[in-house]
Amino acid sequence: MEKYWQADIETMSREDMKALQSERLVKQVRHVYDNVPYYRDLMDKKGVTPDDIQSVDDLHKLPFLSKADLREAYPTGMLAVPMKDCVRIHSTSGTTGRRVVAFYTQNDVDLWEDCCARAITAAGGTADDVCQVAYGYGLFTGGFGLNGGSHKVGCLTLPMSSGNTERQIQFMRDLGATILCCTPSYAAYIGETLHDMGLTPDDIQLKAGIFGAEPWTEEMRRSIEQSLGIKAYDIYGLTESSGPGVAFECCEQTGMHINEDHFIPEIIDPETGEVLPEGTVGELVFTSITKEAFPLLRYRTRDLCVLSRKKCSCGRTLIKMAKPKGRSDDMMIIRGVNVFPSQIETVLIEQGYSPNYLIEVDRKNNSDTLDISVEMNPEQFSDKVKDLQEKERSLAGAIKTMLGISPKVHLVAPKTITRSEGKAVRVIDKRKLHD
Amino acid sequence: METIKQFSIFVENKQGKMAELTRLIADAGIDLRTLSLADTRDFGILRIIVNKPAETEALLRENGWTFKITSVIGVKVPDCPGGVATVLKALNEANVNVEYMYAFVNRTPGRADTVICVDDEEAAFSILRSKNIDLLTEAEAYDI
Repeated sequence: MEKYWQADIETMSREDMKALQSERLVKQVRHVYDNVPYYRDLMDKKGVTPDDIQSVDDLHKLPFLSKADLREAYPTGMLAVPMKDCVRIHSTSGTTGRRVVAFYTQNDVDLWEDCCARAITAAGGTADDVCQVAYGYGLFTGGFGLNGGSHKVGCLTLPMSSGNTERQIQFMRDLGATILCCTPSYAAYIGETLHDMGLTPDDIQLKAGIFGAEPWTEEMRRSIEQSLGIKAYDIYGLTESSGPGVAFECCEQTGMHINEDHFIPEIIDPETGEVLPEGTVGELVFTSITKEAFPLLRYRTRDLCVLSRKKCSCGRTLIKMAKPKGRSDDMMIIRGVNVFPSQIETVLIEQGYSPNYLIEVDRKNNSDTLDISVEMNPEQFSDKVKDLQEKERSLAGAIKTMLGISPKVHLVAPKTITRSEGKAVRVIDKRKLHD
Repeated sequence: METIKQFSIFVENKQGKMAELTRLIADAGIDLRTLSLADTRDFGILRIIVNKPAETEALLRENGWTFKITSVIGVKVPDCPGGVATVLKALNEANVNVEYMYAFVNRTPGRADTVICVDDEEAAFSILRSKNIDLLTEAEAYDI
């Protein structure tokens, strides 16, 4: 019997959900227009007033927000309530530019934690579980988000934060953790360390993992599931819209249910901004309809994915989003071809290599170069140079078939590519240095 | 069959890697009987014969090096014109392919001991034996 955290919402009829969204949207647009001058200016420029928004069908009339807007409005330009009404901030890592700071009222925190509780429940979590949160705690939303959700569900919560992997495994064993929450790359590393310590999945009681905050592939899911002996669930979110829990996977593992009562999703053409029909790949856009402190309307996530209302066997009626193909700013254009790191990862794991790799893009003599360093498994090592070169050639061939461009593949020794305890760095694009 | 244990170690093409590896072996009091390095743009494979194979295996494993133990044949090649040619001719007659070969640092006057890795050890042994070509024993190779 499938369990829900908020059954009334999670299994609500489409008509009721639409009515709820419309009611909340109308209120939210008025709240933003009255309290966020930055967005009011955008609406005025577009000639849209709050009165033009009567239901979700009018959503397309509103102007978009982009990350550039949030940077311009840094730090408080998007704040819609007095700062004294806020109880917390979180922030993006700022690796791609100026940080974005998001504000939360107590009500914002409560609703966010409900979203995370839905995810934990969908992964089979109950008050009987021991939930190990190995996302970073701090400005990053991962740790506190899942921590709050775990409390709500009533799990015994282990607030490990990331790092100190042997201690993670020791606590996992000593306290019988049943659910692990962290980034997929850290989950893979924990699995690897478990085996290095001479242990197997039989030595731990883990049954499920909730992994997100970075793109990962189906192949990586299977590899983590095997190394830890668990079912691995995807979770989606972004600091700009609260954090993890915007969408979550259920037992079907075929996409993530979006918490539509809080976030209205749209898919748009990233070039024209035009709303695309359901089932088309495009850029995901979210409108927060319940957030008080930091309510973003039509925020462009830069994540490319597809939405589906196909009936789900779990009984939830919430719309599903496919695993994002990649963030549009993760996408590299190499020799004119669009390349996502996830495509390369898929080939590596299919060909029996580890998910530890590093992509280096550079430009030599006005031509882009693509170099991929891949760790060998010890069993893949051969004494003969020609065997290793053949492995490199065959892997380069498989990647060329996938991407349409030829990479140079370099086999490297196991454990030589730096492991990540948070979001993994998979790509180094040196071309930017030349510009 | 008298094969010799050779360690083949994956060495990344990075400055200091080879020095690090040979220092590790030296500090464990292990003596290299002979060595050969195969190298490419990205990596090298260091092939070594040592005096203490069991200790070497444990040492490399503990320190996380990627390696394989390969069996090779040690041949006592006469140190005179045509010495190696005779051996290779014999192997060729038996359709045995040589993957790679390298020599020991010479210890016995009149003999150039050579390490040969072949694709078919059994055929190699029988042809070398039938041609009365002497092979190194493990004890001789490791110089125990």
